[in-house]
Amino acid sequence: MKHLLSVTDLDAAAATGLLDTAARLKQALLGREVRKLPTLRGRTVITMFYEDSTRTRVSFEIAGKWMSADTVNVSAKGSSVSKGESLRDTALTLSAMGADCVIVRHPASGSAHRIASWADRDQETTGTHTSVVNAGDGTHEHPTQALLDAATIRERLGGIAGRRIGIVGDVLHSRVARSNVFLLATLGAEVVVVAPPTLLPVGVAEWPCRVSSVLDAELPALDAVMMLRVQAERMHGSFFPSAREYAIGYGLSADRAALLPEHAIVMHPGPMVRGMEIAPSVADAPSAAILGQVRNGVHVRMAVLYHLLAGATS
Amino acid sequence: MTDDRRGGPADAGTEQGSPARELLSAADVTRTIARIAHQIIEKVADPHGGGLGHTVLIGIPTRGTTLAARLGAAIAEFSGTTLPVGSVDATLYRDDLRRRPTRPLGATDVPDGGIDDALVVLVDDVLMSGRTVRAALDALAEHGRPRAVQLAVLVDRGHRELPIRADYVGKNVPTARDEQILVRFTEIDGVDGVSLARTIGTTGGAE
Amino acid sequence: MTLLIRNARPYGEDAVDLLVEDGVITAIGTDLEAPEDAEVLAADDQVLLPGFVDLHTHLREPGGEESETIASGSAAAALGGYTAVFAMPNTDPVADSDVVCEHVRRRGAEVGLVDVYAVGAVTVGLEGVKMAELGTMARSRAQVRMFSDDGRCVHDPVIMRRALEYASALDVVIAQHAEDHRLTTGAQAHEGVVASRLGLAGWPATAEETIVARDCALAREAGAALHVCHVSSARTIDVLRAAKAQGVRVSAEVTPHHLLLTDARLTGYDPVNKVNPPLRTGVDTEAMRAALAEGVIDVVATDHAPHAAQYKDTEWSAAKPGMLGLQTALSVVVHTMVEPGLLDWRGVAKVMSERPAEIGNLPDHGRPIAEGEPANLALVDPEGVWTVRGDKLASRAANTPYEGMRLPATVTATILRGRVTALNGELT
Repeated sequence: MKHLLSVTDLDAAAATGLLDTAARLKQALLGREVRKLPTLRGRTVITMFYEDSTRTRVSFEIAGKWMSADTVNVSAKGSSVSKGESLRDTALTLSAMGADCVIVRHPASGSAHRIASWADRDQETTGTHTSVVNAGDGTHEHPTQALLDAATIRERLGGIAGRRIGIVGDVLHSRVARSNVFLLATLGAEVVVVAPPTLLPVGVAEWPCRVSSVLDAELPALDAVMMLRVQAERMHGSFFPSAREYAIGYGLSADRAALLPEHAIVMHPGPMVRGMEIAPSVADAPSAAILGQVRNGVHVRMAVLYHLLAGATS
Repeated sequence: MTDDRRGGPADAGTEQGSPARELLSAADVTRTIARIAHQIIEKVADPHGGGLGHTVLIGIPTRGTTLAARLGAAIAEFSGTTLPVGSVDATLYRDDLRRRPTRPLGATDVPDGGIDDALVVLVDDVLMSGRTVRAALDALAEHGRPRAVQLAVLVDRGHRELPIRADYVGKNVPTARDEQILVRFTEIDGVDGVSLARTIGTTGGAE
Repeated sequence: MTLLIRNARPYGEDAVDLLVEDGVITAIGTDLEAPEDAEVLAADDQVLLPGFVDLHTHLREPGGEESETIASGSAAAALGGYTAVFAMPNTDPVADSDVVCEHVRRRGAEVGLVDVYAVGAVTVGLEGVKMAELGTMARSRAQVRMFSDDGRCVHDPVIMRRALEYASALDVVIAQHAEDHRLTTGAQAHEGVVASRLGLAGWPATAEETIVARDCALAREAGAALHVCHVSSARTIDVLRAAKAQGVRVSAEVTPHHLLLTDARLTGYDPVNKVNPPLRTGVDTEAMRAALAEGVIDVVATDHAPHAAQYKDTEWSAAKPGMLGLQTALSVVVHTMVEPGLLDWRGVAKVMSERPAEIGNLPDHGRPIAEGEPANLALVDPEGVWTVRGDKLASRAANTPYEGMRLPATVTATILRGRVTALNGELT
């Protein structure tokens, strides 16, 4: 595996392999005072974030550091990027400096793919090998988020195949939704996406999931429900008339959460808008796996770096 | 157990050039494990108190873990004392990761009670270059500070590349580099046994 | 200047010799005698067609010369078998005045490889607010016959109505880039399964169809000539068919890429596939081919849109939409229409030369291959095969979606008023 750009690059075996590695890494670090593994010593990992993000960036940075890689963060603001340097030149500059891995978050869908293709083309001429990890490209994908969500589901529910997972919210604009639908389907889960029709993409009928616009009808049969963040700005595009109406129809209130089966877990990729898509009491309940998701995020990202960088690169 | 001690291609399952020659039958394996268990009991026993003290068996995955469990059971049977048994995966500490495609990780399970000030007996099925044991020692050091570390192996096949020696050896088997030692345990392979085979297509190995 | 073409097959029919003197076909027959000093072109039984006329080309000059110039675009046109092109006004400055239009026409004449006709803007600055001086442009030395805000849609129905009414008295045609911009805000790709999967904001087919329906109704009321640029959706064809049945004076064009390419190509996010209107589905390309064969779509127009590397070698959303088209048009038409038997060579002549010349009101192009007619011709080798290489094309830019593809049919020679402008893949 040279790049991680999309969950569809992973078949069930590869995805399960990554989750197994993450679980083993978690085990290996358990109970230790010194949370450091020497495995990626001498590797250089650079995060290149064109969108503000504390949690994902810090998670990747910690993941790199716990594997003893040299991690450097580049934020688009204040770098040569804001002076108009093209995405391609920025990526190749980092590669030329010796980055073994570039972790990219960018508002344009497909940007990680483009960077990977420039890096591959560059390798043909210069021999430098740079892996690219997609940390979120526009509304396309966020593969490591889906992997950590899958790890959390596996941990809390004992497995993924055959489990019923609901993904609720702004599916149209959500890269987390796309990555999750496709990865969970690959791993054998039954997925249903729930949103008002305006927030479902044209073409969703062809996705490997069911589609519904009535949340209450779906909740009693779910093993896990994943709430997506809904941006209030979507009201201005008339995707829904008001925050109140959205919360009434699609927010996970305490009453709604009571419709879930006893064993079901509640997830959220964060950051949450408490009171909009999720009630505060629900976010803090024992059934909420949200902080677990964050913890798993570090191990999953360590696993990704391990699979990309530890072995032979040819 | 990692496959370079078997010889031949790692991870791919073993390819044999000639039929395997049996070194230990299933019964031999049981007897050998029992003998090692007795040796450990003898060496570890507190001369004044008679107990086995804080001694922990730590297997190196994959077959080292199985062997450690068997040793623990044998020691419990013979001495009446159940020692803590666990595993420590050495993969992340290997010095040769970049030579092969990504290796899957083994399980790490340090028993409750930890390893601080304990006598740790590292257990593996085959000892060859000593590099895996070196990596396992590094991994172990991250989990605590044992009082001492000893090494128990089912088969020592020679070709050491580091100053490492086993305290307990089931069987010494001189081998050529291009030969493979195949260790099978019922829990993993369905049957017990140790055999010797030659790898296909190796260069420079004299018959 | 005398030219003798030996053994050519006009419209793929029987082989003849043609004598061209001073830009006119003076004799057609067998075994014609070559006059002294005549240039002889051995056509070897290849197909002779009227020179192609492109109603929709972007030559980028003035203002965009890093991507193309009138000279390089003319070269591409001549090599593609074209003898006339209509250059769209979205230049910098915009061709919304007689001054810019006359410059484009004059520069094209200076280069002399193809007749360049300036398309004038419908509204000042393409802003869609105030009508440009259509009359002045029409009466100028540029003799503008077609007006368009291409790149943008004339969105305000009042402005479109007025433009159509005004145009009807000038006997010119308004060419609409049909896109309801409010439905395509931020759009990057055809709104469908592929875009939904790739996280690319969708450009719904309804944004094209609704404007076409509206404009046909407005054209009907005004009694004016409407031309619809780059039809891309199957639904639009239904609207056009109905409008034509009602007698509306509407004509429509389809690009070669919309005959062949679909949004399945977008999966690598290579911006060479980014174009406006976007590549749609197989259902749409099938419908385009059928409509072109039927005549509901009248012509093939390239929408040749060169973009220098810095505008394409970026992330998808930052890339400018557009593809090269002049040198590959004939091959794509042969591949999608002639090979499957949807069009014969007479049909190719109609959609690539005769009908465009008619719509563009050109007296000298798209004429029958007959004695007394102007010699604007293209000689085509139907058995030829070539591999497209962007860096070998004549355009300054290299953004061809057909990079590396082997395509059928090659242009052996292009003849502009009796003068050979391109021969065997080289300019002459």
